[in-house]
Amino acid sequence: MTQQQTAGGDVRLTGISKTYGSFTAVHPLDLTVPQGSFFALLGASGCGKTTTLRMIAGLEEATTGTVSLGDRDITDLPPYKRPVNTVFQSYALFPHLDISENIAFGLRRRGIKSVKKQVDDMLELVQLGDFARRKPHQLSGGQQQRVAVARALINHPQVLLLDEPLGALDLKLRRQMQLELKRIQTEVGITFVHVTHDQEEAMTMADTVAVMNGGRVEQLGAPADLYENPRTTFVANFLGTSNLIEGDVVSTGDELTVAAGGGRLTLPRERCSGPTAAGGRLLLGIRPEKISLAHADEADTVAAGRNRVTGRITDSSFIGVSTQYVVESPAGKALQVYEQNVERDTRLVPGAEVVLHWNPAHTFGLDAAQDIDAGATSVEDGE
Amino acid sequence: MSATEAPPAPAEPQEPVLRKPSTRKRLVPYWLLLPGILWLLVFFALPLVYQASTSVQTGSLEQGFEVTWHFQTYVDALREYYPQFIRSLLYAGTATILCLLLGYPLAYLIAFKAGRWRNLVLVLVIAPFFTSFLIRTLAWKTILADGGAVVDLLNTLHVLDVTSWLGWTESGRVLATPMAVVCGLTYNFLPFMILPLYTSLERIDGRLHEAAGDLYATPATTFRKVTFPLSMPGVVSGTLLTFIPASGDYVNAELLGSTDTKMVGSVIQSQFLRVLDYPTAAALSFILMAIVLLAVTVYIRRSGTEDLV
Repeated sequence: MTQQQTAGGDVRLTGISKTYGSFTAVHPLDLTVPQGSFFALLGASGCGKTTTLRMIAGLEEATTGTVSLGDRDITDLPPYKRPVNTVFQSYALFPHLDISENIAFGLRRRGIKSVKKQVDDMLELVQLGDFARRKPHQLSGGQQQRVAVARALINHPQVLLLDEPLGALDLKLRRQMQLELKRIQTEVGITFVHVTHDQEEAMTMADTVAVMNGGRVEQLGAPADLYENPRTTFVANFLGTSNLIEGDVVSTGDELTVAAGGGRLTLPRERCSGPTAAGGRLLLGIRPEKISLAHADEADTVAAGRNRVTGRITDSSFIGVSTQYVVESPAGKALQVYEQNVERDTRLVPGAEVVLHWNPAHTFGLDAAQDIDAGATSVEDGE
Repeated sequence: MSATEAPPAPAEPQEPVLRKPSTRKRLVPYWLLLPGILWLLVFFALPLVYQASTSVQTGSLEQGFEVTWHFQTYVDALREYYPQFIRSLLYAGTATILCLLLGYPLAYLIAFKAGRWRNLVLVLVIAPFFTSFLIRTLAWKTILADGGAVVDLLNTLHVLDVTSWLGWTESGRVLATPMAVVCGLTYNFLPFMILPLYTSLERIDGRLHEAAGDLYATPATTFRKVTFPLSMPGVVSGTLLTFIPASGDYVNAELLGSTDTKMVGSVIQSQFLRVLDYPTAAALSFILMAIVLLAVTVYIRRSGTEDLV
């Protein structure tokens, strides 16, 4: 229905940075957002993600670097001349205009006289047909959010920028709107750049996620790739939970053997982003859901060739589909283990001696010369 | 048995506990209103009734006044003093427009651009209030005096030739002309325009400007389509706060004007205090009140600000 947008091209940020006085909000950064993709900038508050977005919108002037759309340099264009539109965090709907005038705002500014058809189509797309004559304050948060999306999309921007668009909504509505936004994006095929602090939101919606930290992009990739192969401790901790175990490389080859926690653990060499030579210090990472738990009495039933770590359960919490255990071991003070509740072993209670074991192929390696706890806090609700 | 007896027992003390404060609570708003109502009754409603009865009395100060339902006073007052009424509305209206033109940019600047100077500038706006109204108006007499710097400059620039041709000034002088009165009114009521404007501008979410810019509105269009409509409550209250007192003002007309620039306020004042024709003065006051009330009602209806806020 709304496929008439001009051929856009990729959003390309080249060496773009932003400083406020002596504070650097965004360090020089290069980023390419492919046309038609759903791209997420993910990070905790203050990481520079919103500033980056605002520089694309033209609401913030870049200190250095350029912004281009396709092969057109738009760095010096004021916001009202850029073919991009923004969905603001607080929606910023015009309180004195009704919903249909809010949506028509952009069209009218470009001198388009007959807006009715397009506005009606947009209202339908966001399922707000009956609300055309209402004022923004008469709508619920979720409805206002959809108006904000419609108001931006009706202009067929080459890029739609979304600044924490779901931040003000409650959890259930947020999930619903995530699916809705994804549906709209697939339907209209416009490039979406989405800023969020919610890692789950970024992973569910985006094709590509750029994890930002301290004004820099830590890692960029598909959600599954980021989750499985984090290259920094920040990404490992910020996206989901990771168990990080410190150790020294003792033998190399296609499989690295690492001495850690009084035992030997192995991992595939290609999943290691740290030093792979013998003697190098590594952080071995393993996701909690990939670990299996066996009671110490059954330690000998664990298949050979699996990585194993012994320890004692210090805490367990039953959360329905799974049980989460905290295990104290020589390899780490508080290793997290998520066990599916298929066949629950009643002996696995706090105080029990256990063996943690997992497929070595699921292990990833990080350079130990970084903060092991980076990104571990403030994941769920930043605001 | 004990199980059936137990429930009503806690229920009983609950009801009176709930009811007593509810009766008292219902009265609280009225108690809070009482001082204000009494004040308005004694100092507004009663004088108004008294004034209304005065306006339909006949008689003289020596023989005493008597209510004779002599409505002819209204007709006579209007017939005799309609030029002053028209002049009042004209001067007050002009001053209001000038206040808006001068005050809006200033209020805009304070609200959006002043940054850390905001409070200082606001204090400067109300600083004139620290001097008495009369003294400030008298000062304008000096400022606009014949042979003063202002008049000399305006004469050199031939501005006064133009204004004299328009009938605002007379033969190279400003004092004792309509322009002087309007200048005085504008100056004296400017803060009453700026403050409400500032309040309503300051409440506008800055992100709305960004949103408008993002939606292809140039800064000028953003002002026309977003900022100004959203500041309408301030425009309306500012113009009312300026126009209403300005239309009844007589100090500016007395001090800066001449007999040709008398406003209705001066007429009322002299009828009450010099001519001692109380009925005519009361009738003039009521006519002025009715005109202003009518104008204000039409204006508020027209501007449609009920939707805002």
